[in-house]
Amino acid sequence: MHLANRDTNYGWIAISLHWLTALVVIALFVLGLWMVDLDFYNPWYHDAPYLHKSVGVLLMAVMLFRWIWRLISVEPQALPTHGSFTRLAAKSAQRLLYLLVFAIGISGYLISTAEGQPLQVFNWFALPAYPLEIENQADIAGSIHLWLAVSLISLASIHALAALKHHFIDRDATLKRMLSAN
Amino acid sequence: MITWIKQTTIVAGLAMISSYSYAAPVNYEIDAGGMHASVNFKIKHLGYSWLAGRFDKFGGNFVYDNEDPSKSKINVNLDTASVNSNHAERDKHLRSKDFLDVNKYPTAEFVSTSITENGNDLVVKGDLTLHGVTKPIEIKAEKIGEGKDPWGGYRAGFSGDTSIKLADYGITYNLGPASTEVFLQLNIEGIRK
Repeated sequence: MHLANRDTNYGWIAISLHWLTALVVIALFVLGLWMVDLDFYNPWYHDAPYLHKSVGVLLMAVMLFRWIWRLISVEPQALPTHGSFTRLAAKSAQRLLYLLVFAIGISGYLISTAEGQPLQVFNWFALPAYPLEIENQADIAGSIHLWLAVSLISLASIHALAALKHHFIDRDATLKRMLSAN
Repeated sequence: MITWIKQTTIVAGLAMISSYSYAAPVNYEIDAGGMHASVNFKIKHLGYSWLAGRFDKFGGNFVYDNEDPSKSKINVNLDTASVNSNHAERDKHLRSKDFLDVNKYPTAEFVSTSITENGNDLVVKGDLTLHGVTKPIEIKAEKIGEGKDPWGGYRAGFSGDTSIKLADYGITYNLGPASTEVFLQLNIEGIRK
């Protein structure tokens, strides 16, 4: 039971953060697609966006922590069976996944705060608006938010399929290393 | 001495001309630059309160004849994407296909067809084009005032009210039985062209 990464393994903190992020990203994606089509009299008309935004902001905080944790942690070495293409592809995909999550968070923030209103996170605190005041900001940020989210889910699916390929076809430890630190 | 008299005469003459109120039909441009005008709306929220907003970008012209208002006419056009109810998410929704569909219908327009005087009021009839649908509406208007401004121009201002049923314009998103009608209020000040 080790929390920090080791040269050959991810620690429990990195593993927990990975799966927490995966779960929340998928949940936010589904919730986001669902909530925009709710009709005015649906009981979730206000609560669904409230939940989506609040959880989204908290996810940004988790991702920020995860990024810092990654920076200060030992990076487990790639499996010796992974060739240079596999290593490059895996690494690029991971970086892009991080980038997309942050970009989606920022674009989401820019929708809700487009007209100067703060972004309320549960009833805990409110993020103040940043006065960019771009014309049609909410619409532009909204369509960027959607397309980045679709890109993220697509890339995450490829990332997951690649992990399954390593597990079932190559029969290496790629997926196992992300399931258990031991 | 003669020069002095000449100057005085010219000044007095100019003063007489400019103090003269314009009787014939006069062309005005709505002062959207100085924003002495507004296009406001309100609609009931659930039947419990008024939700108010406005369109930030609009323009137009009018002709006003203070001796024979029936010779007057007006046209106003507005940028539907400029809808502003002071709430980013709601405004985004109002611009979407559920309501104004601003990508497809970027402008709305009112063109008067007749103006009649009714006591102190003016009844402005005309066609409103909104969401791709053109329908006749009637605006109850009143003149607020007219006269010289302190900067060498001449202005006239009006206020008008009307209401429209959203469904008449093909906007059928269900906001509840109390919220099918939108009330529009127009405040305009024109500068003589």
